[in-house]
Amino acid sequence: MAVLIDNTDDEEVRRICAAHGDRPDALLEILHELQAARGWLTDDALRAVAHILNISRAEIHGVVSFYHDYRRAPPPRFVVKICRAEACQAVGSEELAKHAEATLEQGDDAAVEAVYCLGNCALGPAVMIDDTLYGRVDRVKFDALCKKYASGKEHAS
Amino acid sequence: MTGAVRIFVPCDAAALSVGADDVVAAISAEAARRKADIQLVRNGSRGMLWLEPLVEVETPAGRMAYGAVAAGDVAGLFDANFLAGGDHPLKQGETEKIPYFAKQERLTFARCGVIDPLDLKDYEAHGGLQGLGKALKMQPAEIVAAITESGLRGRGGAGFPTGIKWKTVLEQQSGLKYICCNADEGDSGTFADRMLMEGDPFSLIEGMMIASLAVGASEGYIYLRSEYPHAAATLRKAIALWEEAGLSGKREDGSPRFKLHLRMGAGAYICGEESSMLESLEGKRGQVRAKPPIPAISGLFGKPTVVNNVLSLATAPLILAKGADYYKNYGMGRSRGTQPFQLAGDIKQGGLVEKAFGVSLRELIENYGGGTRSGRPVRTAQVGGPLGAYIPAAGFDVKMDYEALAKTGAMLGHGGVVVFNDGVDMARQARFAMAFCEIESCGKCTPCRIGAVRGKETIEKIIDGKNAPENLQLLEDLCDLMTDGSLCAMGGLTPMPVMSAVKHFPEDFGGKNAGN
Repeated sequence: MAVLIDNTDDEEVRRICAAHGDRPDALLEILHELQAARGWLTDDALRAVAHILNISRAEIHGVVSFYHDYRRAPPPRFVVKICRAEACQAVGSEELAKHAEATLEQGDDAAVEAVYCLGNCALGPAVMIDDTLYGRVDRVKFDALCKKYASGKEHAS
Repeated sequence: MTGAVRIFVPCDAAALSVGADDVVAAISAEAARRKADIQLVRNGSRGMLWLEPLVEVETPAGRMAYGAVAAGDVAGLFDANFLAGGDHPLKQGETEKIPYFAKQERLTFARCGVIDPLDLKDYEAHGGLQGLGKALKMQPAEIVAAITESGLRGRGGAGFPTGIKWKTVLEQQSGLKYICCNADEGDSGTFADRMLMEGDPFSLIEGMMIASLAVGASEGYIYLRSEYPHAAATLRKAIALWEEAGLSGKREDGSPRFKLHLRMGAGAYICGEESSMLESLEGKRGQVRAKPPIPAISGLFGKPTVVNNVLSLATAPLILAKGADYYKNYGMGRSRGTQPFQLAGDIKQGGLVEKAFGVSLRELIENYGGGTRSGRPVRTAQVGGPLGAYIPAAGFDVKMDYEALAKTGAMLGHGGVVVFNDGVDMARQARFAMAFCEIESCGKCTPCRIGAVRGKETIEKIIDGKNAPENLQLLEDLCDLMTDGSLCAMGGLTPMPVMSAVKHFPEDFGGKNAGN
């Protein structure tokens, strides 16, 4: 089973690395682009990145596991990030998070994640769904947004 | 386009988060239906965030503001002839005469919300590029002297004099030097960097160009947090426009004299600490470096590096354009110039207030903020982000200035003010400070890595009423150790919110005089 595969014939990884001059200092950017293209970071892709950048897989693992953004498993259909930092706590984000965890159905294939500050601190509670920011999200607005994303209506925009 | 009425609707992320795009779509549709001749401009935010989406109409009497506008209000606005500044329940009057705005001293944010952020002509028409023009005719040491003379201090939180930092980098003998902009604005309650990058990105780029001329750097990096995808998109476009316009200068081989890169973080609060940001820029785990050496001597890739916050860099063009004295004349004591304060949390009129140093916290919260959004009494405000102190309402007369705040055991940080109502449980806030440190610690030094975990556990015991007096003593000892023994401000300042909560709100920690 433990066959070492040289995945440098992975054209997409090669292209992404080349766009950054195959420079190891651009590792975070390369990982971001790879994740954007494939949804998550697979073992094979990371092995290919290590090979191309000429750094060890241990170093890549160190980086991937340090930062909250990188995914090592397939993502759900949509990700709901609820700001749990102080400014949003002051306007009820903890209650919103509890509501979200209780109501977002498994069938929606959504993940509720904590995030610490979305820079929308005057209009909290702040929520980011995929890459879109929402402000003053109360329960009613939250439910409406999730319904929209679950039905796929927001994905085309 | 003559005759078209210009309508401004912000494309700032905060405005978008409450429906600015829907409002734009509604205005376009309604204008088409009524065959009204309009021109929509997507500006930055004026910073009056409770009025977002704030729609402004250019009239002969000035820009008239309507807010907060929902898509459903648009037909009514047309009915009320808002294109001519007509009356409507949402009309706020002339934007720049709204008291919240009129009483501010907008220097760094002078253009934000006024111009189209991606229109270089608009930028230049409002004073942009003047600072760079002057810098190009000056010697590096003269530029550094102007910045030093202005009294500008690092707006990221530490408040170190910017000119001295630049001077150190200028004095280094190195073929390669870097300008790094710290745009990892992770403090809760702060959004000034984001607002500026989305509302006036060229001022940051111009500031970085000026810094490069001052110290002899050829490359620059903006390290932007990934939680700001909208700011990233704006900055990317702004950098491309800047380069296309040939403003980065040219070398003999045709390459730009100053090459600017945008790099995204990946969700790590600690990367706002300058040395961990440098590690991250090198493609590594964002672990803090021991100092010395300071980045000005050995920074990115071991080269002399200027690391400045967005606001520090974006203020440099103004200082050069209007002179060091102009800037220095604002402020008090050793805090010169203006600070963009950010009002957040449970506050009625949340937003950005740029004022000279010396304004009181009470004035910000009561006069500008108008008290709480919930209508409940204010109990406390946390100033300076998650590592800043909780100041009780009785202490709101403190002047907002680096030294005055430090004297009371608080700090200014990046200028964020988070207001809490009387429902807040301060023991839980103290617990959160430790929990946040546990989640975001880089793990390099023990006081921070282990201290945060033990601190959280100890506060939980206090909350559960287990030996509260002994555990409070233990907590205080632990906080002393974290303050003295941590490698950076993450572990070193986490005790500030914790101990300020204990000191000012002992009743929440299960014992009287618990903080003594």
